[in-house]
Amino acid sequence: MADPRPATVPASGRLARLGAWIDERFPMTELWNEHVGQYYAPKNFNFWYYFGSIALFVLALQIVTGIFLTMSYKPSATEAFGSVEYIMRDVEWGWLIRYLHSTGASAFFVVVYLHMFRALLYGSHRKPRELLWIFGVLIYLALMAEAFFGYLLPWGNMSYWGAQVIVSLFGTFPLIGDALIEWIRGDYFISDITLNRFFALHVVALPLVLIFLVVAHILALHEVGSNNPDGIEIKKTKGQDGHPVDGITFHPYYTVKDLFGLSVFLVIFAGVVFFAPEMGGLFLEAPNFEPANPLLTPEHIAPVWYFTPYYAILRAIPAFAGTQIWGVLALFAAVLLLFFVPWLDKSPVKSIRYRGPIYKTALMVFAANFIMLGYCGLKPAVAPFTTLSVIGTILYFAFFLAMPWYSRIDRTKPEPARVNS
Amino acid sequence: MSEAIDKGRRQLLTAATALTGAAGVAFAAVPFLASWKPSARAKALGAPVEIDISKLEPGAMLKIEWRGKPVLVVRRTPEMIERIGAHDGMLADPDSENSRQPDYAKNSARAIKPELLVLLGVCTHLGCLPQNRFAAGASADGVLTADWPGGFFCPCHGSKFDLSGRVYAGVPAPTNLEVPPYTFADDQHIVIGLDQAEDA
Repeated sequence: MADPRPATVPASGRLARLGAWIDERFPMTELWNEHVGQYYAPKNFNFWYYFGSIALFVLALQIVTGIFLTMSYKPSATEAFGSVEYIMRDVEWGWLIRYLHSTGASAFFVVVYLHMFRALLYGSHRKPRELLWIFGVLIYLALMAEAFFGYLLPWGNMSYWGAQVIVSLFGTFPLIGDALIEWIRGDYFISDITLNRFFALHVVALPLVLIFLVVAHILALHEVGSNNPDGIEIKKTKGQDGHPVDGITFHPYYTVKDLFGLSVFLVIFAGVVFFAPEMGGLFLEAPNFEPANPLLTPEHIAPVWYFTPYYAILRAIPAFAGTQIWGVLALFAAVLLLFFVPWLDKSPVKSIRYRGPIYKTALMVFAANFIMLGYCGLKPAVAPFTTLSVIGTILYFAFFLAMPWYSRIDRTKPEPARVNS
Repeated sequence: MSEAIDKGRRQLLTAATALTGAAGVAFAAVPFLASWKPSARAKALGAPVEIDISKLEPGAMLKIEWRGKPVLVVRRTPEMIERIGAHDGMLADPDSENSRQPDYAKNSARAIKPELLVLLGVCTHLGCLPQNRFAAGASADGVLTADWPGGFFCPCHGSKFDLSGRVYAGVPAPTNLEVPPYTFADDQHIVIGLDQAEDA
């Protein structure tokens, strides 16, 4: 007689049944397929397409290291500087967690700048991806705010004076300026009160905003589909299965590619964390190894490197008519102009591959100029950097404001119907 | 009662509900926004401070802290006071029309008594602390040229001010250094943060 009991269910069967049980109650498989398993991305992604997933990784790294830092950090003017020293010296592996976080901040901007440059290179901001681009610019803005608030927390002298300079920017607004900075600081100067609220914004408010925006950015991306180095829509050519002929599923093809990219990134990142966490004063500035001192301005105040292009623009505009608001307006305009790029660009093609010499030159000049402005912003306001900053500022604005004309008259090549692999 | 949906009425009610809700949100936001203003403790700590100037030598500068800001107190020598009027043409705002100071300090010396200068050591550009470069002529570090009549120099962005804290034309700072409210308690003591009485 055969055993009347049913054969034991194989493990995979059990797992499948668990999956089905969950799927009836939560769209697990559906979400996986929509965003990973059955998400068709163009098959011709190149090097430039690594930075989105790396940025996502760095965000996760910042959140995890940040959580662990808050366990030993004290957000008070009397204790903050000492608690950072404590993390560096007395907390087991504290130095590593802090260096991962401080290097992670700079790495975030490196990766985001490359990611944004990719968009300008291949026209990833163009229709139908305008909203995707706008979410991206909002992420960039939130990231700048997050970095600014975070930079005050170690309560070093550069933290203090950097915050002093940036908060003063809001004081240039007519009529409300003074009340506005008093409201931002919550005191008559950058004090314990300011530090405490910046801490709350840095560890709770802005990370939540960032996560929300990143989710919106990815949802928008998966709604319209990824652009590619040819700047053509793969959805126009679909196979019999209804999927784009030039598309491949994100998993396993791009999960594997991105893992490779991530491992290369991590080698470089670990190199910086272990061998050059201060990056010669670029990532951690020398005056920040002294506690904040309201009565002692550092010899030369420069923001961290990722803000310096805008800082150079701020300094390039002189005060006139009894106010220096013009430089502040130029600074804000320089960032806000990014929102309009999808509409400023009138080229019939998206990708640099089919654009003419004018856009190619303009983009290369823009990139080099952005780096030059960043260099000027790190240097004291003396010759030749003052003149270079003025030239750089003009070039920066010209790239955007003249785009409707030069992108239209450029001699473009016809786009192919299918992607080149 | 009619079965037909009165769209106009529905729209009015929706709009009225949304407006009421928005007004509620605006009112509810007030406590949160107001909580960012200086607290009672911050206000108390920002009270006036009295300083003893009896030991301040002519030509010397005293740096004290008031509301977390450096206040510079300089006892000017008669020779320094003389130098003040000589370069009005190079200044952006020689009569302090666009600058901030109490009315009793709105004069070329920008002071109640010309020999005693009280300034906020906060550059009107972006809040750095200007250095005292009272000696006339070119400086060793090259930032000041031979025609420098002495005054304050901001190391951050190169703004220059004269011996009354008045800003030079063509530098990033738009206005003269601010004069805080102050008053003489007696000949040897001044109080920062309290206005000079009218009859003084």
